[in-house]
Amino acid sequence: MNHDFQKDIAGCGLTGLISKKRNRVSGGIIAKSLTLMNDRGNGLGAGYAAYGIYPDFADFYAFHIMYDAQSARFSVEEYIKENFHVEKIEEIPTSPVPEIAINPLLVRYFISPLKEKITGPEGEEDFVVNAIMKINSEIDAAYVFSSGKNMGAFKGVGNPSVIAEFFRLEEYEGHIWTAHTRFPTNTPGWWGGAHPFTLLDWSIVHNGEISSYGINKRYLEMFGYKLSLLTDTEVVAYLFDLLIRRHGLDVETACTILAAPFWKDIDDMDPDEKEAVTALRQTYSSALLNGPFSLLFGHKNGLVGINDRIKLRPLVAATHNDMVYMASEESAIREICPEPDTVWAPRAGEPVIVTLDD
Amino acid sequence: MFEIDAKGKHFRDLNAEVREAVDKGEKEISLKNVNGQYYIATGLCGKLDITVEGVPGNDLSAFMDGPTVTIKSNAQDNIANTMNAGKIIIHGNAGDVLGYGMRGGKLHIRGDVGYRVGIHMKGAKRQSSTIIAGGTAGDFFGEYMAGGVLILLGLDSEENAPIVGDYLGTGMHGGAIYIRGPVEQKYCGAEVGVMETNEEDAKILKKLLKEYCEDLDLDLDMVMSRPFKKLIPVSSRPYGNLYSY
Repeated sequence: MNHDFQKDIAGCGLTGLISKKRNRVSGGIIAKSLTLMNDRGNGLGAGYAAYGIYPDFADFYAFHIMYDAQSARFSVEEYIKENFHVEKIEEIPTSPVPEIAINPLLVRYFISPLKEKITGPEGEEDFVVNAIMKINSEIDAAYVFSSGKNMGAFKGVGNPSVIAEFFRLEEYEGHIWTAHTRFPTNTPGWWGGAHPFTLLDWSIVHNGEISSYGINKRYLEMFGYKLSLLTDTEVVAYLFDLLIRRHGLDVETACTILAAPFWKDIDDMDPDEKEAVTALRQTYSSALLNGPFSLLFGHKNGLVGINDRIKLRPLVAATHNDMVYMASEESAIREICPEPDTVWAPRAGEPVIVTLDD
Repeated sequence: MFEIDAKGKHFRDLNAEVREAVDKGEKEISLKNVNGQYYIATGLCGKLDITVEGVPGNDLSAFMDGPTVTIKSNAQDNIANTMNAGKIIIHGNAGDVLGYGMRGGKLHIRGDVGYRVGIHMKGAKRQSSTIIAGGTAGDFFGEYMAGGVLILLGLDSEENAPIVGDYLGTGMHGGAIYIRGPVEQKYCGAEVGVMETNEEDAKILKKLLKEYCEDLDLDLDMVMSRPFKKLIPVSSRPYGNLYSY
């Protein structure tokens, strides 16, 4: 398709898919879906997250790190080798594309924490999260942009098709994919600011604006998270990590906290539900996401799509056999699934929660 | 019938082809293999018939002034923005923010519609806009409505099942909304009064729905077989004198 036109003013676009039976799908498919919405973004950020792409290293945390300076790589690798067993280090394979003149150094590491380094009450995943926070906030010019097991994020400054070609996305096969094209509004369009935002195997792509960023950021900082990526969406990834992994809540409850029902609707609930939702709103008032959003939340067991409570951003879902698709526009789904079994627009604030069959 | 294959074409290339055909005097244009192209039929004037096969992109028929556009499948968001005249027939569902500030013409949708449908639609004595949706609607139906007629049918819903969302008619100050199903005052904007329909309403509904049923091959008697509620603004124009003193 010809995209050689002066830009229109638009918004972000997102798309995602999941095979509930874990059938693996090439990255070229999701890139095709995202590229249809090329004009929603403006070339200042695109990215993809994929689950199931590293089966040979499934037991290791796959760190994708971007470096703006070679010296940062030395510092990070020194730190990693002190704290982790390193199974493999390699540069992330890329292809030269004319649209990308300058890119950070992109390296991936398959690692596992050294047992003797994990002291005190924290678990292995806390140790990994702390390492990510340390690298991102304390080592200049180095950013961990992906850190889960058997998953990975690929992102940068460019249009959807350019970023897909650059990262050779067709060479990866995953059973869950999310993707995003960005139209930065009030934060910089830089490599680390492209979506997805990830932490461990949580990944977020987001269309909209988290107006509650300041409140959410201060709340997360109380739990040791360090917000270093200059973009509102970062809080969503960390909030899911806090609520699900650390506080042990399920996905549905986490969604109820982030897109909580309005008080007037809580007043109408039956007594038990009213009490439960009131407790959630009161306990987690600082985790409420305010402002317009549609977002996709990928994790090792599934894919979730959710809107803000008054549906200020678009989201369409569709199914076909064991596949579920969600995107900003129905056409982006039909580009890769021309005849879905069902198509619907999820209601505001009501999550679409898809879980792998096994 | 002049055919254009839209497959893989950017919306600017496609819409340039459509305009070229219109300039050459084509009156019936068929767009095949459409998928996601924005702004189809936007700004087009005069008597034209445009048929779309596939899902058209956002901002279909914005500022349109006269043509009839038929969509055989679902359609997306922001249809009929500030449309002035003509008709859009959608055989499937449609998305959010339909008929934003629509000044005239008709939008006939067979299926469900999304949020903020009929937001700030307008109408006057000589020219008025109409939106009719056959399925259900999301929140903010008829928000800030200033004129025209907005009808929701719930054809695929059980009788007495809710077919419209919250914040119904919030900020409404003109026009009328007809809902073929239950309406709870607590889900309406403060400015909205919920009434039973009278004979005059029945006449208006019959006239508008007859054309709707013909467009979408539906039985008018079946559509008219359930009672409607009528919603109109009951505020006293509190800001009417704001700039007068």
